[in-house]
Amino acid sequence: MDKNIFKKEHYNQHLTRRYSIGKIYFTIFFSCLMVGIIGLLILLGQIFTQGVGMLTWTFISSYPSRHPDQAGILAALVGSVWLMGLTGILAVPFGIGTAIYLEEYASKNKFTQFIEINISNLAGVPSIVYGLLGLAVFVEWLNMGRTLIAGALTMALLVMPIVILASREAIRQVPISHREAAYALGATRWEVVKSIVLPSAIPGIMTGAILSMSRAVGEAAPVLAISALVYLTFVPTDPLDRFTVMPIQIYNWISRPQDEFRELAASGIILLLVVLLSMNSVAIYIRSKYQTKSEE
Amino acid sequence: MLNNQAEFKNKIGTGLTTRRVIAGKIAEIVFFMCAAISILTTIGIVFSLLSQAMYFFFDVSLWEFLTGTRWAPILKPQSYGVLPLVTGTLLVSGIAALFAIPIGLATAVFLSEYAPDRVRKVMKPFLEVLAGIPTVVYGYFALTFVTPKLQILFPDLIIFNALSAGIVMGLMIIPMVSSLSEDAMVSVSRSLREGAYALGATRSEVAWKVVVPAALSGIVSSFILAISRAIGETMLVTIAAGATPRMTLDPFQSIQTMTAFIVQLSLGETPHGSLEYNTIFAVGLLLFVMTLTMNLLGHLIVRKWQQKA
Repeated sequence: MDKNIFKKEHYNQHLTRRYSIGKIYFTIFFSCLMVGIIGLLILLGQIFTQGVGMLTWTFISSYPSRHPDQAGILAALVGSVWLMGLTGILAVPFGIGTAIYLEEYASKNKFTQFIEINISNLAGVPSIVYGLLGLAVFVEWLNMGRTLIAGALTMALLVMPIVILASREAIRQVPISHREAAYALGATRWEVVKSIVLPSAIPGIMTGAILSMSRAVGEAAPVLAISALVYLTFVPTDPLDRFTVMPIQIYNWISRPQDEFRELAASGIILLLVVLLSMNSVAIYIRSKYQTKSEE
Repeated sequence: MLNNQAEFKNKIGTGLTTRRVIAGKIAEIVFFMCAAISILTTIGIVFSLLSQAMYFFFDVSLWEFLTGTRWAPILKPQSYGVLPLVTGTLLVSGIAALFAIPIGLATAVFLSEYAPDRVRKVMKPFLEVLAGIPTVVYGYFALTFVTPKLQILFPDLIIFNALSAGIVMGLMIIPMVSSLSEDAMVSVSRSLREGAYALGATRSEVAWKVVVPAALSGIVSSFILAISRAIGETMLVTIAAGATPRMTLDPFQSIQTMTAFIVQLSLGETPHGSLEYNTIFAVGLLLFVMTLTMNLLGHLIVRKWQQKA
């Protein structure tokens, strides 16, 4: 490639022409960027205009119904909150533990490399495959049934790579000199992790934890494999209850032919996006607050 | 953190007591067990898919599964040739790739080579939002917006079709192509760019003839990972591409992907041990093998390239 630079055609001097070619390229590149952004705006606009009419308190506080004007998303909303909470409780501690092991304990050998490759591959496994894992292992083999806890365990495995990645990033940001100072004072490795590394890495880890939970809220496929398409007129009250989540309720409404249900789906999507957006804003807020603090 | 050394020393005690050593050992074991969960997860995936798919292959031969051209697992006479699902999957992913690869690459070039910092800071969160939208939402968008608009262009187009799903899936994977490609381009060394500028190259010449070739392996791997993501994508194709297993490469037709088939059977509670139950695991196994191969390939390309750099 280095040799190519010296080929004549690469620096011929038809400057006017080359600059106008450059302008054309600029226009192309910029319009391609705009495709993504305009696509996003159209998508949000379409959903907002379709869904805002049905987005009432009745919608949030009612159970699904055959009559579109009485139907609501309550069971799915509460199910999503349960699933999100349980997933966080299960995935975050183990994700942090893995990150600490890889950053602070593991020596650079073939086994560590294997774990790293394994985690990056797990991040690329389709979510429906996690659903099948949950169905075979948690629902059938461990006999949990199609319950919230089976769903949360599956979802925890699915989002764990996100927690691990963010926590490792945050742990790596802690200056090595802080660790060395503690070691010099005679701290053991665990004490260094507990009193030096974790306290400084917590904001970054929190960001990862929130992002992983927002991923869990948006996923439908693995929950469908575990919970199937159920019609629930109660809110789950403990982890052994049957459950449904917002994306599945939305899917249910989309798949009906009547326009009213499509509008309900759009209202559900608005609610789902509001939940996701506020979670992500909290994550961004924590990140920015932390960044300004460390710059001081 | 260490603003008061005496206080810290007080906290950790003075002598290296047995208790502290044991606490350290326990912590190490706990952290190792956390890391082991990821390996257990992989083993769990492989084991659960294989063990259930095995029962399927007792009833249907592997050869019939992989080479049969008719997929009718529920309607009689049953037939278990998976190729229609595979072509359906590849058709939608192919359309998505045709759409997302050029646009994603151009977006990455713009963000890495043209955009001033200020513009990049505004634009990147938009792309991140695009990447964070749940896939049911994309399905809704394909079905209620893109398909009706396409029907204006092609009046014969039926409601559930591969084209609309493919285009929207392309929109969905643009951020993946653009952010991974941009990472690769940003890490191209500055001296290469400056060398080219010093020889009188224009900005677009530097981008196309220096930066893109130098970052090629990272860019190619971003394509592979994005296509693998498209192959595994579930809700979008379930909603918008239809539920008709059909051996066709015609984008105007209704098709069914591997993932959509798994969802279709999961909607009802498939009884454990039935042939339908085992069928979704056989299809899941094939899906897992396909995406795993592509992901490993993608990571391998990056790894090789990092060693060279």
